[in-house]
Amino acid sequence: MRFLLFAVAIAAASTAPVHALAHGFAGKRFFPATISIDDPFVADELSLPTVSTVKEPASGDSPATREIEASGEFSKRITPEFGISIGSEFRRRIPDEGRAESGFGNVELMPKYRILVDEAGEGVLSAGLGIELGGTGSARVEADPFTTFEPTLFGGKGFGNLPDSVALLRPFAVTGFVGLAIPNRAATSTTHVNEDGDAVIESERHPHVLRYGMTLQYSIPYLQSFVRDVGLGAPFNCMIPIVEAVLETPLDRGAAGRTTATINPGVIWSGGSVQVGVEAIVPVNDRSGVGVGVIGQLHFYLDDIFPDTLGRPIFGGGQ
Amino acid sequence: MKRARCLLFGLAAMLAWGPVRPASAHAFLDRAEPAVGSTVAAAPKSVRLWFSERLEPAFSSVHVENAAGEDVDRGDLAVDPHDRTVIGVSLKPIPPGTYKVRWRAVSVDGHATEGDFVFTVGR
Repeated sequence: MRFLLFAVAIAAASTAPVHALAHGFAGKRFFPATISIDDPFVADELSLPTVSTVKEPASGDSPATREIEASGEFSKRITPEFGISIGSEFRRRIPDEGRAESGFGNVELMPKYRILVDEAGEGVLSAGLGIELGGTGSARVEADPFTTFEPTLFGGKGFGNLPDSVALLRPFAVTGFVGLAIPNRAATSTTHVNEDGDAVIESERHPHVLRYGMTLQYSIPYLQSFVRDVGLGAPFNCMIPIVEAVLETPLDRGAAGRTTATINPGVIWSGGSVQVGVEAIVPVNDRSGVGVGVIGQLHFYLDDIFPDTLGRPIFGGGQ
Repeated sequence: MKRARCLLFGLAAMLAWGPVRPASAHAFLDRAEPAVGSTVAAAPKSVRLWFSERLEPAFSSVHVENAAGEDVDRGDLAVDPHDRTVIGVSLKPIPPGTYKVRWRAVSVDGHATEGDFVFTVGR
């Protein structure tokens, strides 16, 4: 409880109506920490909490299920170009029929290396390896019992070099990622006894999954600082309207081509040493969800809060 | 629940690692005179920039150049002694035209940002 009060106090102290700070820069372009997909930067940051609610469609014998998650992720730079993230989430699953269950999901790690930053072109490219540690979460909330590795490429590009004739488009930027999720087990078999007293073996196959996504964002701070001051005051001068798209396509093991995707429009407010974001989660097909979900996040820029200690790389110095 | 306690303990230890430094971070341009992207009727005598953080003048800079890329500022960069978030430079007499302001801002905790914008002096 004391920690939560401390975190809230930091958030409250950090909400002065100033422009976006810290996190991801490419030249004069500031990229906020995006909510639904990981951004291409290596940074000292803390996302706590990220809260979401979505409803999964019925599948096989499983009824449609409301899933509510509260997660946290801590990212630390080891060197200016290399960092590692660790996170997990607490889930509550509420099926339309049957008992609700709660528990933790698996622990997830992501070492990431920033390959290049093009300051003049407002571009960035990074590579990472996502690792979901199987068996570290609770089977009650369907945490996978197997480990998944996901080599991933991340990129970002600002449109600040567009010609004067379309200067008002310069605040646009895109980011994206593409990764291949590789489970370390092809299938999981479980045995249970049916109503007739017979032992039944069920096997669930785990396909390789292509995961990819992108964001399109329009930075009001960029507009007013570098293109044209249109006179927007707080809180609008710190806002970045954004649309994120998250897609997954299984590639094999009986699930090939069954793509799921959501389109998540929302807004990020970035100020002081903290940012707040909220997005709707809109499923694009019946497999992807039932109705519109919501995700919100409170995010701390640790390099601004702790510039001399936790917020700087362990090796290599610099801010 | 045991895991939740471990998580909370770890986060509390992390936050206790260093003192929270108040309001000292990357400096972002809040506004300018002449305003970003504006057209002014009369030639300004100076350019002033307001930032979101207090600045370290020794490492900050402001340059103003004309369409030919020639400096038209006097090079007398100064931070407002009453408000260290404000920095400015005076200009030589300038004719109508479009001018680019290039700035680099280093806040008092060492974070650096940079940027540029244009303003136009009308005919």
